[in-house]
Amino acid sequence: MPQHTFTVNGERVTVDVADDVRLLWVLRDVLKITGPKYGCGINVCKACTSHVNGKAFNPCSVPVSDLGPDDEVTTIEGLPDTVDAELHPMQEAWLERDVAQCGYCQPGQIMAAVALVKKVRAEGRSITDADLDGIRNICRCGTYTRIREAIREGASRM
Amino acid sequence: MTTAHDARPLPPSDGAPPPDRVGVRRRSLIGWVLAGGTLAVAADLSVGAEPAAAAVPSPPQVPELYDLGDLQTHSALPTSQLIRIDLDEDGVAHFAIPRMEVGQGITTAAAMLIAEELDLPLDKVRVTLAKARPELVFNQLTGGSNTMQSMFTPIRVAAATAKGALLRAAATELGAQVSALVAKAGVVTGPTGTSLTYGQLATLAASAEDVAVEVSLTPRSEFSVIGTSRNREDALAAVTGRKQFTMDLEVEGALPTMVCRPPTLNGSPRSVRNEAAVRGMPGVTDVALVGTGVAVRAATFGQCIDAVRALDVDWKGGSVEGESDESVLAELKRAELPMVVPKVPILASTLDLRVEFMFRSSAALEPNCAIADVRSDRATVWAGLKAPIVAQRDIAKAVGLPVGKVEVNVVTGGGSFGHKLFGDAATEAAVISKAMGKPVKLMWHRADEPRQGRVHPMATSRVRATMLAGQVLTFEQRHTSVVTDFGHGLGERLTALVAELPANLGGLGLSQSIFTLTQELPYNFGVVTQLLNEVDTRFNTGSMRNIYSPDVACANELAVDQIAKRLGKDPYAFRMSFLKSAKAKRCLEAVAKAGGWGRSLPQGVTQGIAVHTEYKGATAVLVELDTRPETVNRKIRDAVTGPRVTKAVIAVDAGLVVNPRGLEAQMMGGVADGIALALTSSNHLEDGHFLEASWDNYFYTRQWNVPPEFRCIVMPSDEELPGGAGEAGVAASVAAVACAYARATGKVPTRFPVNHGTVSFTPKSFVPPVPESPVDGLSYVS
Ligand code: FES
Ligand code: FES
Repeated sequence: MPQHTFTVNGERVTVDVADDVRLLWVLRDVLKITGPKYGCGINVCKACTSHVNGKAFNPCSVPVSDLGPDDEVTTIEGLPDTVDAELHPMQEAWLERDVAQCGYCQPGQIMAAVALVKKVRAEGRSITDADLDGIRNICRCGTYTRIREAIREGASRM
Repeated sequence: MTTAHDARPLPPSDGAPPPDRVGVRRRSLIGWVLAGGTLAVAADLSVGAEPAAAAVPSPPQVPELYDLGDLQTHSALPTSQLIRIDLDEDGVAHFAIPRMEVGQGITTAAAMLIAEELDLPLDKVRVTLAKARPELVFNQLTGGSNTMQSMFTPIRVAAATAKGALLRAAATELGAQVSALVAKAGVVTGPTGTSLTYGQLATLAASAEDVAVEVSLTPRSEFSVIGTSRNREDALAAVTGRKQFTMDLEVEGALPTMVCRPPTLNGSPRSVRNEAAVRGMPGVTDVALVGTGVAVRAATFGQCIDAVRALDVDWKGGSVEGESDESVLAELKRAELPMVVPKVPILASTLDLRVEFMFRSSAALEPNCAIADVRSDRATVWAGLKAPIVAQRDIAKAVGLPVGKVEVNVVTGGGSFGHKLFGDAATEAAVISKAMGKPVKLMWHRADEPRQGRVHPMATSRVRATMLAGQVLTFEQRHTSVVTDFGHGLGERLTALVAELPANLGGLGLSQSIFTLTQELPYNFGVVTQLLNEVDTRFNTGSMRNIYSPDVACANELAVDQIAKRLGKDPYAFRMSFLKSAKAKRCLEAVAKAGGWGRSLPQGVTQGIAVHTEYKGATAVLVELDTRPETVNRKIRDAVTGPRVTKAVIAVDAGLVVNPRGLEAQMMGGVADGIALALTSSNHLEDGHFLEASWDNYFYTRQWNVPPEFRCIVMPSDEELPGGAGEAGVAASVAAVACAYARATGKVPTRFPVNHGTVSFTPKSFVPPVPESPVDGLSYVS
């Protein structure tokens, strides 16, 4: 079986798995990293949102062979370490606003939020309503309003 | 259904049970101190409930669920209906709630009740979900928004019992009177200042036998936890990814498993043409034919998906071959009950309205899933189940084991909305595990959910009202629906409570009883009749975040706006003058004020206002809907944009509120659902199957549909008990959006959601039944 080496949450891993297995299943079923959730498997619901090299992506739609030894994957579990803290400021904002209901979508929401804030920062601006409108992550519990509030709050702390 | 201690004062809470006073009606509340190594207490689930007025007739459905033998066995146990709290040596209280947490916040609310009565900090209370407990019969069902209502008193009684036992132990230990002790934040302090923690007292307070004690509860005026806004106890786990759902559990040998499902609704497999080839695919360990399709088990779910796509199956037809939206609508039309307008004066004018509601998928974001390990002599199942006892019975039957050999573990669910009332995935997983002789972790593909999963039934609602001289003389409603499946125990519970039901329910069928029990027209409209007829059992149905109310309220409130218009009245003023309930009026007034009813808005932006009463409470919603072309025609990839609700204000009177912040969250979700139901989300039935297969086909509310301005007003209440909250926000929301849409377009929509007429996607393939996972994920990195 082919071997694939990359970094997950700061740790270098090598997995024996067929080339075309999507990364979501390598994370969840092989590496037992269960923060990224399955909600569609076709890059639509965004429940699996994680980061690759600091940017948001959806591992359900990436064959494991697309990753190389230099690629760094961060899941919700590794997010606090990116800021060397117990919790990332975005997670703190999420707690403050008591966003989660069932919680199933929330790891993906938080990962998307962090990447969005970074992206608009890189563009030299701050979050607008239009940016928030453009977030594709589904929340079937309908926590959208609190997500919007928490992102603004989290951005101010980041 | 029952209102416990309505106007009756609760006994004072001075630690010692007050003596009965002549002439004072007081319900004595009994708790139990249970035998154990550390303190264990319990309360009967029926505590605080009004006793049934008359003999309970033998309900026909009960023996299926729980027979006489079981009843005799269990009623012999003094503790059969008990809920129990255990205090450990670290001073932490543990409670396994016989309900299911699906995001509605009941574990947090239960912890708050315990913290209140036990005088313990909230972080020292751990609430978990109880396994299936068959002896609880109807008392282990999470539905009808009834959890807080039914658990409010029993949980408090148990906690108060624990506090009493701790105080008695401390009194002995400190050589002081109970009345001289103060319990606060998990510490008991004596008159000399010496103190003992609950942890230290846990063993000392333990009992050698079960003892019944009389307790009194903290009066409302002294609440310090109940009624305050608290964050969810599982919030940290949720935001760190540590919260575990069924799919995240590791069960030895339970490998990923999926099912290749038929191309038509409820079809079934005849045979597999390429079983050997699929068995040989990478990662695949097993292939098994089951009633619902062909199951595959593999090392990863990705490999399951590949195998499902590769399977070549000979399928038998489904349950609705050739049927479509139009044919089922025609069937409903034929089943509509006639109106029976009483004789009205000849000059009266008549309003007729008929509205159609399409099928809707009640799937949560977490798809149906379950873990099952079925052996020859026993079975263990893990799943998100709101009615675990019913699931346990179904599983036992499906795999041919006695109920007692089936252990059902309840796992927190990733949303439910009525979907998890049914143990579909749990039973299917058990059947597959048995067929393969191995443990399985079953997951439905997203595509399976709208296509084969539970849907909210298609329905029509007809309203006829007659008016004369500024008054409404009659209001009739005929609701006609595809049959709603109540096979999850709600029906059984209602039947068992029959003695407490209003007398006029006699002779009605189950659905009609539920309809009659849940629907009330909140207006003074003269002669009112509301009737239900249900036809067609071929669909997999269930109620989605409320049973009939969202559709019924939508039709009614649209009619109310039309009546107001005919009478030349403002929709808000008209409602205020015809509403019966003071609660409803207060809610309506609150949203009108906070939302600025009647304020001037740009051309193309309209307001809608609606009200709903249910669960002994009321909700009112005001929305502003932007139907200007630049909004309606916004372009977002794979999205339905359309008119946008730009502001939503909801006011809710849900009785005594345990956790206002949690209630607000429920209302926020209710509004999101209401918007989807009115504008965007439905299933299309065509040629015997539903076209929708994922979230890019099924348009639940997304960020681009969310009102940028949202406000929830929690109304103060004098009620002694909490009312329902989980579903309360939906009905008035869908109605308010519908009313705003009707005003904006000048035409009352006759079909919901309003965009149902356009199929705005290319349907995904039916064979194979699931789409391939894309491989271009890295090109969307952002
Ligand atoms: S599971 Fe990856 S986007 Fe839905
Ligand atoms: S919190 Fe349940 S899906 Fe978002």
